[in-house]
Amino acid sequence: MHSATVKTSPAGKILWAAIAIVGAFCLGVVALRRGEPINAIWLVAAAIAVFVIGYRFYGKFVEYSVLRMDPTRAPPSVLRNDGLDYVPTDKWVVFGHHFAAIAGAGPLVGPVLAAQMGYLPGTLWILFGVVFAGAVQDFMILGLSLRRDGRSLGHMLREELGPAPGIVAMIGVLVLMMIVLAVLALVVVKALTHSPWGTFTVAATIPIAFLMGAYLRWVRPGRILEVSIVGLVLLLLSIWGGKYIADSATLAPIFDMDAKSLAWWLIGYGFIASVLPVWLLLAPRDYLSTFLKIGTIALLALAIFLAAPMLQLPAVTQFIDGSGPVFKGNLFPFLFITIACGAVSGWHSIIASGTTPKLLANEGQARLVGYGGMLMEAFVAIMALVAAASLHPGVYFAMNSPSAIIGTTVDHAATVISQWGFVVTPDQLLQTARDVGEHSILSRAGGAPTLAVGMAQLLHNIIPGEGMMAFWYHYAILFEALFILTTVDAGTRVGRFMIQEIAGLVHKPLQETSSLAGNLLATAICVALWGYFLYQGAVDPLGGINTLWPLFGIANQMLAAIALMLATVVVVKLKRERFMWVPGIPAIWLIICTLTAGWEKLSGPISFTAAANKYSAAMQNGQLLAPAKTQAAMQQIVTNNYVDMALTGLFMALIVVMVLFCLRALVKAWKTSHPTAHEEPYVALDSVASTMGVSH
Amino acid sequence: MNASFQSVRKWAVQTARLCCGVPDYEVYVKHLREHHPERKVPTYEEFFRERQEARYKGGGGRCC
Repeated sequence: MHSATVKTSPAGKILWAAIAIVGAFCLGVVALRRGEPINAIWLVAAAIAVFVIGYRFYGKFVEYSVLRMDPTRAPPSVLRNDGLDYVPTDKWVVFGHHFAAIAGAGPLVGPVLAAQMGYLPGTLWILFGVVFAGAVQDFMILGLSLRRDGRSLGHMLREELGPAPGIVAMIGVLVLMMIVLAVLALVVVKALTHSPWGTFTVAATIPIAFLMGAYLRWVRPGRILEVSIVGLVLLLLSIWGGKYIADSATLAPIFDMDAKSLAWWLIGYGFIASVLPVWLLLAPRDYLSTFLKIGTIALLALAIFLAAPMLQLPAVTQFIDGSGPVFKGNLFPFLFITIACGAVSGWHSIIASGTTPKLLANEGQARLVGYGGMLMEAFVAIMALVAAASLHPGVYFAMNSPSAIIGTTVDHAATVISQWGFVVTPDQLLQTARDVGEHSILSRAGGAPTLAVGMAQLLHNIIPGEGMMAFWYHYAILFEALFILTTVDAGTRVGRFMIQEIAGLVHKPLQETSSLAGNLLATAICVALWGYFLYQGAVDPLGGINTLWPLFGIANQMLAAIALMLATVVVVKLKRERFMWVPGIPAIWLIICTLTAGWEKLSGPISFTAAANKYSAAMQNGQLLAPAKTQAAMQQIVTNNYVDMALTGLFMALIVVMVLFCLRALVKAWKTSHPTAHEEPYVALDSVASTMGVSH
Repeated sequence: MNASFQSVRKWAVQTARLCCGVPDYEVYVKHLREHHPERKVPTYEEFFRERQEARYKGGGGRCC
């Protein structure tokens, strides 16, 4: 162990001072300039400066003082090298792999929704949330796992806190997973509703994947890159072909679906896709979506730098008071719930204790991968925010407000939104829809369509051309839908394993994952669980995202709080109590946010309870409230709200129970005078490197 | 110049494969030869298939 103090050369000091001054200046422009639009470059520059400084100083502090990462210590990849799962790997390769695994739809959706409060609140939370909470969580969980043979979060919770907290966390993760799948599938539903072009291109990915799967299986086995290029060309062709489908009078109606039928299709798809052999559908599409994801993120960054758009949305809107149309609720706590991924995401703790710790060749590289990887994700979130904020605010609100508020015609929508102070004409809304090749852009909440319009406008600025905006719009929709469907498919499989594991706690034989009947049953349960919430979202009076996204945020931040609490307990167990605030303060902050948000969703004007009461009161008076058209539909909405209440209550109970378990472990570790953490014993890297044949 | 292009290319290919759950085949073969000479060395196709199946077995390998 060593607590090295890092020496900086005079030139280095000047450089860091310069970065700090430039960053502070940019941040000042972003935060203080009012009344005139600012260029997105200010925001991007401020973000880069904050990330670089956070990485160099706070990240290093966590590395040396809190985790005490030791480059002389042999990591699991060396000690347990098997050439497959445990392999010492080049740090940049691990970084790329880790980033590809953590980056998903989350950082693209949350910031777009939160933009209703203006770009400033979201920016500040992403910047400071990631430096002090998100990146700390990812890095610390990775560091803990590195010292424990690359064990998973669940395993570490059981070891450090005891078996009961392990089970509580496992149930929490399963429920979170179901909400994630439902809300992501709902994003796809929102993007594809009555969009034959989009629906056709997304549907076309299925035969394309089959073709790629067959190619990989029989024609040229294992040539991933080659087949992905073929797949990409076919995808681009399907976007091009989608226009002809949408224009055709006979074919368009086949792909023109409402939210309910799309939800049913996705539920059916989820079941079939997750019982088919992986090589046929899941794996090939996974390759395609991974490459497309990285490529599109790079494209978005390039577009923002080249187009340097002005931010048309105000820095702060009146909706910080909680009356916003996109989601209800005050800045505190709902901003911190809405932007989960990008600032702090509990899900990452599963990845940081998954494959990554088994690949790192040296503890000294953990900061780059754990802390740095999360900073990259925060940068993606900032770009999503820029794409949303550079849209005309009227267009932004037209796309993200539910039809219960802005109606279903452009005239009505333009009137309502103009009254909010974001003056927009019906023609502007119609023209935007026409530009992107759609009939309507109204009430397409969920982030993906807004981001797609933003991206399309940015890219169109750089590469102009007739009809190109519609192409870019459908490209962006396709790219999001593609990796969301991959997540749905893979997530259903993971959910199935978790259900079997939990069932195995009750009755051992149920754990048998090779039984076909057991698999089908567990898959059906899993699909039914997320499918219920997806369908509920599709028929929700406020459009679904409004209801489900807060649930997702609460669950994801709950998991982050659990991961950070584990880190706090371990820091105390290692007898480094004076640093327990490093994971402890973000943990407390997330506990406060999730419990407050949960409470507001249980009681008060924006709660599920209030919504249930409103509909049941109307039922007793024999009234029908939109969108319900029958008494049965009214009853359904009431029941859905009760289920959401129960779920919110469950999340709150889970977090309170975990807090109690952690406090117990903390007090016990505090009173013990020697370290009690379950670290594997120290083995010097030098002593094994030669015999294991590791080269540096 | 050519050497650095080669190493960037190697890095890109290795990263892209790993992102899809396929680790370096040569490293695995080397590991087998050094530590388990009694085991049969799988062909790249067999190796690829085994890894493809393994990637989607349990564990939360991806994010929201």
